[in-house]
Amino acid sequence: MSEALRADVVTKVYGQGANAVTAVNQVSFSIMPGEFVALVGPSGSGKTTLLAMLAGLLSPSDGEILIGGEPLGELSEAERTRFRGRAIGFSFQSNNLVPYLTALENVELMLRLNGKLDRAGRVRSRELLERLGLADRMRAYPGQLSGGQQQRVAIARALIHQPSVVLADEPTASLDTERAYQVVETFAHLIHEQERAGIMVTHDLRMVKYVDRVIQMMDGRLSQIISDRAEIDALAAMQSGSVETPAGATQAEDGDNGNGGGT
Amino acid sequence: MAFYLSFKEIGHSKGRYLLIAMIVALITTLVLFIAALSEGLGSGNREYLEKLNGELVVFQENVDLSIGASRIGRSKLNAIRRVEGVADAGQVANSSVSVIVPGRDPIDVSLFGVEPGRPGEPPAFEGRNLGRARANEVVIDERLVRLTGLAVGDTLTVRSIQGTKEEFYDLAIVGATDGRAYFIQPGIFVPYLTFEKVKPQGENERGGNGEYVSNIVAVKLDDPAQIDVMAERLETVVGGIEAVDRKTAYEAAPGYSAQMSTLSTQRYFTFLIGVLVVGGFFQIQTLQKVAQVGMLKAIGASNRTVALSAIAQIVTLNALGVALGTAGSLALSLTFPPAVPITFTGDAVASAVIALMVIGPVGGLVSVFLLLRVEPLVALGLAQ
Repeated sequence: MSEALRADVVTKVYGQGANAVTAVNQVSFSIMPGEFVALVGPSGSGKTTLLAMLAGLLSPSDGEILIGGEPLGELSEAERTRFRGRAIGFSFQSNNLVPYLTALENVELMLRLNGKLDRAGRVRSRELLERLGLADRMRAYPGQLSGGQQQRVAIARALIHQPSVVLADEPTASLDTERAYQVVETFAHLIHEQERAGIMVTHDLRMVKYVDRVIQMMDGRLSQIISDRAEIDALAAMQSGSVETPAGATQAEDGDNGNGGGT
Repeated sequence: MAFYLSFKEIGHSKGRYLLIAMIVALITTLVLFIAALSEGLGSGNREYLEKLNGELVVFQENVDLSIGASRIGRSKLNAIRRVEGVADAGQVANSSVSVIVPGRDPIDVSLFGVEPGRPGEPPAFEGRNLGRARANEVVIDERLVRLTGLAVGDTLTVRSIQGTKEEFYDLAIVGATDGRAYFIQPGIFVPYLTFEKVKPQGENERGGNGEYVSNIVAVKLDDPAQIDVMAERLETVVGGIEAVDRKTAYEAAPGYSAQMSTLSTQRYFTFLIGVLVVGGFFQIQTLQKVAQVGMLKAIGASNRTVALSAIAQIVTLNALGVALGTAGSLALSLTFPPAVPITFTGDAVASAVIALMVIGPVGGLVSVFLLLRVEPLVALGLAQ
């Protein structure tokens, strides 16, 4: 089986000369279809910048990113936009859904963007929402949904168009513990079942118990990859009741939302 | 896709979008009423001269083309008639009198003394034209018909101030003509010798030689294309006169140009207000949804989709507002009394509506530009 996603010695530098800040420094890894990976690290470690590059929203200063074997760097901006709509599924921390579309319409939106909204697509959208426990909330607008329900709609939207890669940025940031576990568990289940490559940026290490691999970032570098199931479970268990990373940095407020050069 | 997003958003926030459409409708109403007022006042000032059945209007020299100040005697009129290229010429005297209608306030009208069958006399579309030069008969403007309900066959009572005395004259209405207002007053037309009875001229006005004096002379040419040549020839041959075309004559009416330019300025400022209001609304709207637009771009919506969606919204709301405003204005105009100088003409309404249809997209251009500049990175909180 070929890699769904590959980051090859990827570097991102903001600014020039004396003001240059290296947000991501020579990071390499790959993810296979059906694999769910957590990208963790303290604030400013570069994980959101890396996620933006993996999504084709930001161009690396150096190195290459391939999704399904397609090098993103060789695509024009318009081609990258079309590629994102086709090959990548997104779930964001906030402003996830279009407020004037219902839950069902938000899910169908990805099919519309790709010109693939047909009868089968509508049925699939409904089924996916039903599986996510939103059978009776399909006609509700985002403003009428709870945070957990909104995240589940976002997950459905991220998966409905059968992308190669699904990227989730802090999907549990606004949820209480129980709902956060439910959302990530559902997410992981669908990633595995549909054989997508999933990457979840999270500051909450308790959530890593549902992933297959943990990629830890520190100061823009990839500091550690944990693939062993027992180690991952231990990491998650260690964090239960705490939100400290192994590096010791406080993760309660992982902003990563600086002014373009923060991470 | 763009239209889907556009109309979904409008449907979801009907109140907000209806509000901006109503603002556009009010701006449309304002623009249309200013245009109609401009047209009404303009035509009320120029109608008689504009429709004059002669190509040239002759004034006394050095009176700034003022009908009230101009005096032209019979000898000059005869000289004008003798100039080669002049088909006919008719004297026109003008003054202001009041029409007395039982049960209501007197109505000020423009009284014209004209020569029956000569240039200057308007054609009657109902009844007949004026007959003899001394007959006590009158042809009235359709505006007066609308204002008073008087009809052909009725008697019209005119009040004329002669010195310090009020004099009343009964005139038989023999015909009605189309709109022939002058100085925002409906026109009534009497034979020139009847005019002399209603508004007798003092000896000073007659130039001391007792000849009948009119204010202007309407000149019909053998070749209407030779206006400039004939105007110059008349001034040279006759002397002491100024001959101009009809447009120059009515534009020289006191206050006409100032009035028209004031109304045009108001209209242009209203257009500008429209551009700013529509532009401001959509700009605020855009700024409020930067995060949402960033998310849409991140998940694969192209700049074209986002921009088209915004343009479709702007055009739709603008068109809705203009349609509501136009329909409302026309309906409202039906409730106005005939005395209000509001005239909706097809050309004026069409040009205002076209201009209004353009101001929305022009106003919204800034917001479309802002939308194009939104970075999809805002979805990840990495850009503003």
